Amino acid sequence: MAFSAATANFNPLNTPSLRSHDNHLVTSVSPSPFFGSTAKLRLSSSPKFNVHRRSGSVVAVSEAVKEKKPKSTPNLLITKEEGLELYEDMVLGRAFEDMCAQMYYRGKMFGFVHLYNGQEAVSTGFIKLLKQQDSVVSTYRDHVHALSKGVPARAVMSELFGKTTGCCRGQGGSMHMFSREHNLLGGFAFIGEGIPVATGAAFTSKYKREVLKEVDCDHVTLAFFGDGTCNNGQFYECLNMAALWKLPIVFVVENNLWAIGMSHLRSTSDPQIYKKGPAFGMPGVHVDGMDVLKVREVAKEAISRARRGEGPTLVECETYRFRGHSLADPDELRDPAEKSRYTARDPITALKKYIIESNLASEAELKAIDKKIDEVVEDAVEFADESPVPPRSQLLENVFADPKGFGIGPDGRYRCEDPKFTQGTAHV
Amino acid sequence: MLAISRQRILGQCFQKIRPAVSELRSYSSAAKQITVREALNSSLDEEMSADPKVFLMGEEVGEYQGAYKITKGLLEKYGPERVLDTPITEAGFTGIGVGAAYYGLKPVVEFMTFNFSMQAIDHIINSAAKSNYMSAGQISVPIVFRGPNGAAAGVGAQHSQCYAAWYASCPGLKVLSPYNSEDARGLLKAAIRDPDPVVFLENELLYGESFPVSDEVLDSSFSLPIGKAKIEREGNDVTITAFSKMVGYALKAAEILEKDGINAEVINLRSIRPLDRSTINASVRKTNRLITVEEGFPQHGVGAEICSSVVEESFAYLDAPVERIAGADVPMPYAANLERMAVPQVEDIVRAAKRACYRSVPLAATA
Repeated sequence: MAFSAATANFNPLNTPSLRSHDNHLVTSVSPSPFFGSTAKLRLSSSPKFNVHRRSGSVVAVSEAVKEKKPKSTPNLLITKEEGLELYEDMVLGRAFEDMCAQMYYRGKMFGFVHLYNGQEAVSTGFIKLLKQQDSVVSTYRDHVHALSKGVPARAVMSELFGKTTGCCRGQGGSMHMFSREHNLLGGFAFIGEGIPVATGAAFTSKYKREVLKEVDCDHVTLAFFGDGTCNNGQFYECLNMAALWKLPIVFVVENNLWAIGMSHLRSTSDPQIYKKGPAFGMPGVHVDGMDVLKVREVAKEAISRARRGEGPTLVECETYRFRGHSLADPDELRDPAEKSRYTARDPITALKKYIIESNLASEAELKAIDKKIDEVVEDAVEFADESPVPPRSQLLENVFADPKGFGIGPDGRYRCEDPKFTQGTAHV
Repeated sequence: MLAISRQRILGQCFQKIRPAVSELRSYSSAAKQITVREALNSSLDEEMSADPKVFLMGEEVGEYQGAYKITKGLLEKYGPERVLDTPITEAGFTGIGVGAAYYGLKPVVEFMTFNFSMQAIDHIINSAAKSNYMSAGQISVPIVFRGPNGAAAGVGAQHSQCYAAWYASCPGLKVLSPYNSEDARGLLKAAIRDPDPVVFLENELLYGESFPVSDEVLDSSFSLPIGKAKIEREGNDVTITAFSKMVGYALKAAEILEKDGINAEVINLRSIRPLDRSTINASVRKTNRLITVEEGFPQHGVGAEICSSVVEESFAYLDAPVERIAGADVPMPYAANLERMAVPQVEDIVRAAKRACYRSVPLAATA
């Protein structure tokens, strides 16, 4: 009965057990009606911190999900199509970022470029579960979030080159990727800045459903940010409000242990971020962010919780960035042993191994995907290279959505509805 | 210029800097050249060794040796109690710095760029700037807020704003902006010794530039007075005021203008608040024409204040309208060609000077 036992472990979110090791903490976090639904998650330890386990309605799903990974159980987690989709997305992220590094050193890209190598499992694991109308808010490390959300590689590459065909017409740059069509709400330079914005987007979704009576509006927002952000005041303010108003948001912490050169352990009084969720009345989950399947399982539950209207979740993904903070970072402070430990857990290699060993696809099919992605990225570079730089007149455009300020145009309609309204407003 | 600076930035992060201390020891007669980075580093070093109440606080100032390597070597020298690596909480650590200053210490708070100071601006203005007044002189706040300000190269809208005008409009703050190594050393030392809150606006692109300094500048007791501008280049025909990186541009423009027979006087403001109105006015009374240059947004900027001051005090001496050169009135674009258009260039200054001298150059917008 390995299968059913595995299944029981597989969905830890429905198990109402609560393991506690510190009695004095039990009362403060005992399940209350406020929590609403059944989302009580089982606790597990974080081996990397070697800290005495604390109680809480908070779990690390990593252990539970790990238990059911035996190869004999076929296709528990993903179908072939899903597997290939995940693989393709992660390879796209990796190939794209590697190409960015090349282009930067050739001078085609400039300014601050922050690469996502090593963290692909988090982006793919979460964003591939979203619909087009769901929104994603990210930080400056946003290229791969944009790609996972569906922004074409060509648009992202052109934006990085500063060309007018970029997703923000060259005005935003690496750190400010926006896409109305794909509901990518940025790209923010200041850490923590995106969290209130994401909370606001979730508020809109709830407002649309309840005030504007769009009954089927169940759009979810994902906020991605790092471990350094978890010491910032805005983070806590938003955890409070999201839980208070039961907003459909998932706070995804990409804990890669380093904020430029500042280690997470040096800057945080309690390094276990997932525990900060229950302090505000939402579940906090820790997951192995180097394993896309585990991330995907946690994401499924967190996103459907939000869609059902049960409120926010805090998910801490233990992950690692293989490169420095940005392409200008000499990356001298990180221990090479730590780096090689995490490189051995490369999410793409892990997924590839899983797919092949579970006989979901053959090595040849995966290689074909690799090749296809290489072509996509090369094509993106060519496209970006050949695209024109922004014209002089573009400098003064888009400062306002309604530049003339009057609201109504000469034809009697609102100016902002006229697709050509910014033309002719640049004074050069 | 931007292309060169871009490479320099990449180079800086990999460059090992010679310790500034060794340079100070060898008093040779030839003018020494030090970079602005070394100037700042040596000032911090000397002030920290002179006064144990001075301490540094900021993101990456310690183990990382400073995000722009300004605080290199200081952690080894003074230890983690005086060089504090903070978590990423500007509001929190700025507040902590201000509180420490209330109670008797002399913090130097570093913002990785002044854009991030917006997260802490409540403490800079409300807790630091206004306290001496609110407490009727009982609580003075001897704190320095320093960091790079203004546009760098290709860093986008949220990393490129100039905050000189914002901070300079607030009574209770002193706002300084150095240009060369001498300014950097003298003004930072003066700021640390000053009993009032000082906002010290550096420029990332100037960090790697070398300037000659005399032995007097290299002496550890050197400091410059706060509130005095410096006339970098004397002239008779037109006054150009600038601060920070724009001083370099103004000097280049002055050389170009010299070939056309226009003798420009370049004033390095050094101190935005208090503004050295007497030097500016004296200069305008001599030359009768004024051009103000700044990198920040034009509306309510430093140039606007200077123009007002000159109109109030020296209106009769003006022979031409005051020309104000500022950055474009848009958030900084990322694309390289747009960014070049959004920041004043040497040609803009030259054109404005010629206009002020009625040399029939058509009025072109800064873009």
